[in-house]
Order: sequence, then C-alpha cells, then structure tokens
Amino acid sequence: MASDTAAGASKTAPAAPRSRKSVTGTRTTVAALFLLPALVLLGALVVYPIGYSVIRSFYDQSGDGFAGLDNYRALFTDDGIRTALKNNVVWVVFAPTVATALGLVFAVLTERVRWGTAFKLVVFMPMAISMLAAGIIFRLVYDQDPDKGVANAVWVGVHDTFAQSSAFPKAHPGRESPLEPAGGGAFVTKGTVSAGDTVTLPLVGVAPDVMPDDAKPAAPPEPEADRITGTTWQDFTRGKGVGTLNGVDASELGYAGMRIEAVKDGEVVETATAGADGTFSFSAKADGAQLRLPGSNFKEPYNGLDWLGPSLVTPAVIGSYVWMWAGFAMVLIAAGLAGMPRELLEAARVDGANEWQVFRRITVPLLAPVLAVVTVTLMINVLKVFDLVFIIAPGSSQDDANVLALELYRKGFAADQPGIASAIAVFLLLLVIPVMWFNVRRLRREVRR
Amino acid sequence: MSTDAGSVTGAAPPPAPAAEDGRSLGSRIVEWVNGGLVRVFLVVVGLFWLVPTIGLFLASLRAPQDMAADGWWKVFTEPSQLTFGAYETLLENDDITGSLLNTAYITVPSTVLVVVIGSLAGYAFAWMEFPGRDWWFLAVVGLLVVPVQVALIPIAELFGGIGIFGSLTGVVLFHVGFGLPFAVFLLRNFFAEIPRELLEAARLDGAGELRLFVRVVMPLAGPAIAALGIFQFLWVWNDLLVALIFSDAESQPITVALQTQVRQFGNNIDVLAPGAFISMVIPLVVFFAFQRQFVSGVMAGAVK
Repeated sequence: MASDTAAGASKTAPAAPRSRKSVTGTRTTVAALFLLPALVLLGALVVYPIGYSVIRSFYDQSGDGFAGLDNYRALFTDDGIRTALKNNVVWVVFAPTVATALGLVFAVLTERVRWGTAFKLVVFMPMAISMLAAGIIFRLVYDQDPDKGVANAVWVGVHDTFAQSSAFPKAHPGRESPLEPAGGGAFVTKGTVSAGDTVTLPLVGVAPDVMPDDAKPAAPPEPEADRITGTTWQDFTRGKGVGTLNGVDASELGYAGMRIEAVKDGEVVETATAGADGTFSFSAKADGAQLRLPGSNFKEPYNGLDWLGPSLVTPAVIGSYVWMWAGFAMVLIAAGLAGMPRELLEAARVDGANEWQVFRRITVPLLAPVLAVVTVTLMINVLKVFDLVFIIAPGSSQDDANVLALELYRKGFAADQPGIASAIAVFLLLLVIPVMWFNVRRLRREVRR
Repeated sequence: MSTDAGSVTGAAPPPAPAAEDGRSLGSRIVEWVNGGLVRVFLVVVGLFWLVPTIGLFLASLRAPQDMAADGWWKVFTEPSQLTFGAYETLLENDDITGSLLNTAYITVPSTVLVVVIGSLAGYAFAWMEFPGRDWWFLAVVGLLVVPVQVALIPIAELFGGIGIFGSLTGVVLFHVGFGLPFAVFLLRNFFAEIPRELLEAARLDGAGELRLFVRVVMPLAGPAIAALGIFQFLWVWNDLLVALIFSDAESQPITVALQTQVRQFGNNIDVLAPGAFISMVIPLVVFFAFQRQFVSGVMAGAVK
C-alpha cells in the first residue's frame, strides 16, 4: 500500500494550463461568485485574525492602553514563556531530526523484507489517531510504577538483570536489639564479638511476600570453638508477632543470603553470607570485631525512571511525538526511494561498494530534497505542538514541559493575558514566514509558466 | 515497488546466483547474517510501535481494580480478567455518547463544506479568468502554514461578538476556515490537469459555467476529493485544541470530554482507556479503508 500510493501521490502542484484564457470566457462576476465563499471565510477566519493579533500584541492586557513592545519583552522575561521557548528549541532540534532519521532507516530497511508493507502500516498507523488518544496511550506507557507502566517495567527488568537488587528492603532492628544504625543504611552490633561466641542479629520489617523464596525457618546458632557463629533472621511472624524477643522461634524465617561484615577499626576483616536458615560463621580473624549488616542489603528496590518528572518529561513527550510522526517521514521518504534510479545503486554495487557506502554516498544525497521537505514540515508541525504536552505532562511537571502553543493557551484563556498571548501568536507566525515565502515562490514559478 | 521481487530479502541476491562468481562464500554469509539482523531489528521496532496501542486496548478491557493493582500485561497470565464492563458503563454515560455525536456533528459538516467551497474556488483558480487570479491564488497558498494558534484569541472575540462562541457552528466554521487553504491548493492543482479539450467540448455543447463544474469537473475530481475529504475528516475528528476553546459543555466533542478526565489520570482509567479507544475506532477504520487516499492527502499536505 504505502509505497506505491505514495509514489502516485507526489503529483501535486502541476503547472497551470499554458494559456491563461478561460475556456468559457467567463465574466468576472461569475468568477467572483465561485470564489466568494472561500475568500470571505479565509478573510474572516484566517487573515483578519492575523491582523488582529499583530495589533493586539501591542496593547496591554485589558486592551485599552498602548503597551509598545512590552508584550514582546515578556517573551524573554516571563519565566513560563522562557521555559516554553527553551523547550520549543529542544523540540525543534530533536523531534524532526529523530523522526526523519528513523523514517529514513525504516524506509531503506523495509525494502529488504517481504513484509515491509505490513511494517509500514504498523508504523504509519499512529498518524490516524488523535494526539489526545496518543497522549492517553503514553500516560499509560510512562506510568511511574514498574508494575503498571510498560516503559518502567522494561527498564527495571533490564536494570535488574545487570545490577543485583537488594533482598531485604525496609528491614530494621526491633525493640532492644543488639544492632544499631551505622550510617549509609547499615546496621552494626553494639558490642564486639569474640571467638567461640554465638551472635544473634534479629531484624523486623521485611514484608512476607518479598522474603527470599529459599528462606527456611531460622536455626539458633551452634557454638563452635575458635569460630564466631550466629543467626540473622526476621524476629517476627505474621499473625504471631515477635514471639521471644530477640530469640529464634520455630515459625520465624532466616534471612537467606544476608551479607554480613566483620569490622575491626573501621576495616572489613572478613565477610560472610547467611545460609537458608539464617546462620553464618566467621573465623578467629573476626575476633574482637563488630558485625555489620551493610546498607546494600536494605536498599529500596530499583523503581525505574521518573519519566514524567521535571527532568525527563520533555524527552518523554518528544518520544511519543516521534512514535506518531516517524511513519509520516517513512512514507514520504519511501516514495522518494521508489522514484530513485535503480541503475545507479546497482552500478555502485557492481563496482564493489558495500551497502553502507551505497546508502551513505548515493541514497542519502539523492534523497536530500525529500529529507529537507520532511524535516521542515515536521519543524512547522513541532512549533505548534500542544495536545501531547497538554495531555501527557501531569499537572506537577507541566510547567517544566511547557511549550509556546501551550503557554499561549494558558496566557490567553486561563490567565486572561491576551496581549502576551497575541505576542506569542505573532512570534509563532514569524517563525513560519520563511516557509510561507518558500511555498509561494516555488508555486509562483509553476503558476507563471 | 519496494515490495516486489527485485529486492526481496536482502540475503544473497536471488537472480542468477551462478553468475555471482565473484562473490565469496564468506561475503554471502555476511549478507545472510545482515539480512537476519535487519529482520530482527524491524520486528523489534514493529513491536515497539504496536505495544503502546495494544496496552491501551487491553487496559480498556480490565476492571478498574485490576488496573489499580498491576499492568495490562497481566491479562496474558490471567485472561479471565478481560471484561467489556468499562465499555458498557461508558456507553451508558450520556456525556460520552453525547460528545461522540458532537464529534460527528462537527466533523461531517466541516468536511463537506471544505470540499464544496474548496472545489468552487479551486475551479475558479484553475479555469476562470479574472484580474489578479494568480496573486489571489498565491495569497491563499501563503495561508497554508499559518498556525491555528494565531486565530484563537481573535476568533474567540469575534464569535463571542456574534453569539456563536461555544456552539457547534463556531467550531465547524473555524475548521472550515483553516481547512480551506489546503483544499484550494490541492483541488486547484488537480483541476488544472483536466484536459482542456474536455472542457471546451462541453462548452461547445452549450454548458454554462456552473453546469460545467457540476457535470464535468466534479465527476473527474473523485481522487482529489477523496484525498482531501479523508485528510480533513481525520484532522477535524482528532482535533482537541480548537474544540477546547470554541465548544462548551453542550457542544464538546469526545476529545474535549476525555481531556477533562485526564487531570485525575490514575483514578478514571476505566473511562479514559475505553473512551480513547472508541474515539480511535472511526479514524482507524477510515485509515485502513482509505490508506491510499489518506497517504496522498498527507503527502500533498506535507507543508501544512
């Protein structure tokens, strides 16, 4: 579908008929009747507002007093607008280039597989839906909770594959514990241990469902000559309470895998790991040391990125934009590819160029005009981006995600500052004027032929 | 052409492998691996593109308490969670059904008016003679890229003045105004390609300007009108910003109705997910049914 239609569709803007004579020799009044509805509507709804906005932007917020350039000065002094401007720059730089680059890669690669058409359909589909729907879709994707948002679910999955997560979040000493906090989330015994002693390191507070699967009922430490033996376990059973305070009860589980360090004069002299029943032992080297449970045992589990928090919200929303518009770039570029002289590519391949060289030296330069049109189109589009930011950025970080179109809406309709809003509108218009001029020039050549 | 035999798989080129004497076994293996990588890459990317939408769909088929507990992918292990409950509740909600109707009431007239008014003007620009014709046309083309934002405040005041602020009429008019430059541009270019002989023949048969337009030009304009119509239809159906400003509680389309729910995102996912999905159904049907026209509309509008 996409590729051949696309090829057939690029026939806009043909030259007008050579002769400027009307076929019917119409009178101007008839022409005026045909044009009237369009010109009246365009005049009232597009041209008049441009003039109005320009004039309005020089008046104060009530519209009574002439304000000179004050509203334009606000563009660069108002914090909200400055954030919006900054974000718009980020948008204009990254969104079109990323979407175009992806579109180019997809267009080139889909030529090499049989099901390229199906792929194009999938990537192009988001163009058909509203930005509101896309916004809701991505609110769901970016949900902070890794159990709900797919982005964080994947991210945490990848993260935990490479970084070990801690086993005992929130564990802490109970009443009259022999342990005390030692900074950095670690706990340390109040006294020192000596060879032949037994030590108990009870903690509480680990939710039953996050206890390690291999944890067994804790066993009290067995004294051994010349060694220090001990048990670390959860001194609490759901439904039964603490039982013997700081003593091992039959129903209590050992902290299987808990890491324990023997510390003498601030240096770790030996480390041990608790077995399934929570028991561990140290050699005589640890004689006179304090036992420490390092903080790495108790870290909160990794919760993924705060996608919609202040620092990531703009990249996150740009991601959703790319999801929507990469298909547009892909289809236009695929149409350009279809019109490319195949012989040129084949000739290069015969001459021994590899695929990368063909892509870099022939495909991309030949596609340059298409790439330019796509990028410029997306830039214009990005300048006006509103819905996605409005929907995806939650209230708490909307200020950080602000863009000009959103700020115009806020200033003009929520904050009742139509003067400043008009200045933003005129500013947006100025930004697209080069493209307007380019369009008109290109068409004038064709119309005039 | 991308899908036909020539470039098939990116593996060793199928045509006449015997003639490929210059190619070593090694380079063929490299190509085969590359082809495999390309496929894996495209499959991963395709999933990347599909998963968000599938997620929304599955989320809409789960009860709110399930959504509060865990992610939509849970349905793969517990398919019994699937329910149409949220859709049933939603379709009994008058606000939502009413706003869906409003979306139709806004979209259909906007599309028809843009096509009709745009055709009349496009025809005049292509085939009639009057002073300054090309300048007028270029002026219209210049308006192609004017951002809608420029018109929000002035038109709000204008509509307030004539009493159509907050009405369906206002929303429709705004969409027609901003749909026209593209419509005139596209149709004028299409009409200009109609063979002159055809029009002259009809003229010799005594057809007047209006008759020529209705009987000769419009029947030929099917493809252009389809492209324009689909494009305008989706544009208006999917609009949020214009309706957000120019409609009120009575006349708001589905996008605005859903937008008011977004502020409490976590709590009303049972409205948002099925609502968003329902609002997507028509555009998706239109998209799949008229891909060809949609693509040509998008391409012609590349600079809008």
